[in-house]
Amino acid sequence: MIEVKDVHFAYPNGVEALKGVSLTIKNGEFIAIMGENGAGKTTLIKHFNGLLKPTKGSIFVDKVETTEVSVAALARTVGFVFQNPDNQLFSETVEEEIAFALKNFGFKEKTIKGRVTWALNLLGLTQYRKTSPFMLSGGERKRVALASVLAWNPRILILDEPTIGQDHQQKEKLLQFILQMKTQRKTIIIVTHDVEFVAECDPRVLLMHQGKIVADGEARKVLTNPEILLHASIIPPQITQVFLQLSDFELPKEVIDVYEAREKLLNALERKAK
Amino acid sequence: MSVFDGLKYRRVYSPIHNLDPRIKFIYVCAIFAATIIYWELPPLITLFLIQVPFVVLAGVQREWIRSMRGAAFLATIIFVTNFIFSYISAGYTVTASNLEYAIAMTLRFIVLVESFSVFFLTTSPDHLGLALEQTRIPYEFCFAFTTAVRFVPVLAEEAQTIIDAQKARGLELERGNFLKRIRNYIPILIPLIVSAIRRSLELAEAMESRAWGATEKRTNLYVLKMHRGDLLLIAITILILAVAIYVRLFLEIPPLSSLLRGSFF
Amino acid sequence: MSIIETKNLTYTYPGGIETSLRDLSVKIQKGKFVLITGPSGCGKTTLCRCFNGLIPHFYQGELVGETTVVGLKVAEHPIYELAKQVGLVFQNPENQLFALSVEKDVAFGLENLGVPREEMRKRVDWALNLTGIYDLKERAPHELSGGQQQRVAIASVLAMQPEVIILDEPTSFLDPLGAKKIFEVIYDLNTKLGITVVLVEHRLDLTARYANHIIIMDNGEIILDGEPRKILNSEKTRLIGVGIPKPTRLYQILRKDGVRLSNTIPLCSDEMATMLREALKS
Repeated sequence: MIEVKDVHFAYPNGVEALKGVSLTIKNGEFIAIMGENGAGKTTLIKHFNGLLKPTKGSIFVDKVETTEVSVAALARTVGFVFQNPDNQLFSETVEEEIAFALKNFGFKEKTIKGRVTWALNLLGLTQYRKTSPFMLSGGERKRVALASVLAWNPRILILDEPTIGQDHQQKEKLLQFILQMKTQRKTIIIVTHDVEFVAECDPRVLLMHQGKIVADGEARKVLTNPEILLHASIIPPQITQVFLQLSDFELPKEVIDVYEAREKLLNALERKAK
Repeated sequence: MSVFDGLKYRRVYSPIHNLDPRIKFIYVCAIFAATIIYWELPPLITLFLIQVPFVVLAGVQREWIRSMRGAAFLATIIFVTNFIFSYISAGYTVTASNLEYAIAMTLRFIVLVESFSVFFLTTSPDHLGLALEQTRIPYEFCFAFTTAVRFVPVLAEEAQTIIDAQKARGLELERGNFLKRIRNYIPILIPLIVSAIRRSLELAEAMESRAWGATEKRTNLYVLKMHRGDLLLIAITILILAVAIYVRLFLEIPPLSSLLRGSFF
Repeated sequence: MSIIETKNLTYTYPGGIETSLRDLSVKIQKGKFVLITGPSGCGKTTLCRCFNGLIPHFYQGELVGETTVVGLKVAEHPIYELAKQVGLVFQNPENQLFALSVEKDVAFGLENLGVPREEMRKRVDWALNLTGIYDLKERAPHELSGGQQQRVAIASVLAMQPEVIILDEPTSFLDPLGAKKIFEVIYDLNTKLGITVVLVEHRLDLTARYANHIIIMDNGEIILDGEPRKILNSEKTRLIGVGIPKPTRLYQILRKDGVRLSNTIPLCSDEMATMLREALKS
């Protein structure tokens, strides 16, 4: 569980990135943090594993205040996958890359082997075990970075912009993976701009704007509120846009999914026919 | 990131900022020359004070004081070593003159830092790059200079992200003995180098796509023109140099201690 | 008249194991807004590099076939000559800006070409105005947002007054509103100035509405090539796993359910809404 209590944060150059953020993330929750560039999303999530410490206010991860423990200690609970895999890949083989964190955490040699095999398997990378990570494609490198964090099985998983530069199929795979993690009761936090992706996976959405949380709720509630979205430079999902334009037809407004849209429209047309 | 903040030039407009960087550089060199021909306090104090109007006119007092504070540590070392040497050579006694000598040596250093910091605080890197372009230095070299300046903040940010990413995977930089600590930096350095290579390849591609090397006779969007201010600065520079050389050659400079005594009694 | 044409293009990068383009032939008409899409690694970026001469002049490798752009045979002209006709905007805005101020960056290409100063000044201001960044002209690139940086990149290509502008996933690092602005700028260049636009993009949701020619690639080959509405409605497109716009998908599903909707396939939410409005009224 993560508790954020009235957190403020200013960078050394004086930029105030967080201006009083409070929230509670329960175990097993799936959260998407959204908002325009510079809204403070990345600053906020860097507080969850202690990379940044609040200038005012406090953060507790599983009842432990983040200022009391090292990043390495927090990382055991909070896995953080950065946006650009190239900011972390450095090993000669994929296998070694995945083992890196496990060695840092002092796992036993035998356990490391088992965990690496498990992580490779989970992300479909087994055939690249002995390959250099630098030889892989962008999407594959992204998976290696993910595997290298999943390997130690952290209870909370943070993904920074996981869909950037990914094609449709890669996004589908990512979605399946997140749903799978959800069934294992992992807490998942993603930071993203991708409205369509969020509409498909239906998480709890936190909308940020200028260092504050301006909306917090179910995706179908937040993503269908055009005023709040505009405030945070987000455009509603395509399907929602269709329904917003048909507001004079007694149709529900809170629709974000194609199949739901179909159902609502068929009902409306049937009513019409009668 | 604080280390690199000093390199980030703040864009402001003032009569000093508008001066031709080439003239400003000559001025700095003249101050440099004037400083090293003196080891007495009164002329050095004068040279120090001459710069103050420049700083005020440019409106960079805050940054200037910060850079002087940065030089304080080195200045202290210079003072202490000079003082110890003159103390030993004077036969283990403290005299007014050897104290004055140590102060003068320190002040000489301070004047140098002062003038160079005024130069860098009031000259934008692109202005400097432009000045380079309009000398006879090959364009490739000037381009390398401005591009390097352009990418300093970018690379600094990237280095920080890489450190964060590896810390998030349990890397502890401060752990272990000396050798181990150096080894700890490998996971930081490799991604940094790989990304620098990737970045330079992308840059090369972008340069090629924007007609790099199309003609020998490259033109320039800006041109540096001399204004009245620049002529004034040239005059000031010549004056400072001439007076400095004249005083050095033909006048006896009394030590500060005797000057002070003269005014008191 | 085709402004870009490739004939049986096959290409392998130096040291590459797999062929990146396989016997690829394509024609792009002057004044079109072309959208190229397909799964990662399908050869989209490689094709862009062939259009402005980076292949074969910058990337050697093995090239068979011929590319003609604005009447020039790419293999026979150096990149800087082609740059006057074809502008290329890259994915990462950060790595295509070199100068310390916006206007200096926009002038970079013109300086390289040796354009006289007065003429350069005019063209730089023109490009800055068209991309809506005139007020930022004295800023340093690191002071700008990603979206602004990308508009600088577009302006600097535009200043060379090319016939064709190619953009390789220009918005993947931007937030939705920043991306929308970029697409609107490009669309304006296409409709108002008649510049041929070739846009490489994954997210058809955001871009399909602007295009009047779509090319879908997979594995170094062109799978589909033609009119957007036809292509997005084809079963083949869905099977390749190109994410078709949600409103288009909704239309397809409703048609399958027997709902009577007009035959023009919608490309965006506005078109779909108009169509549904009629269906709900009648």
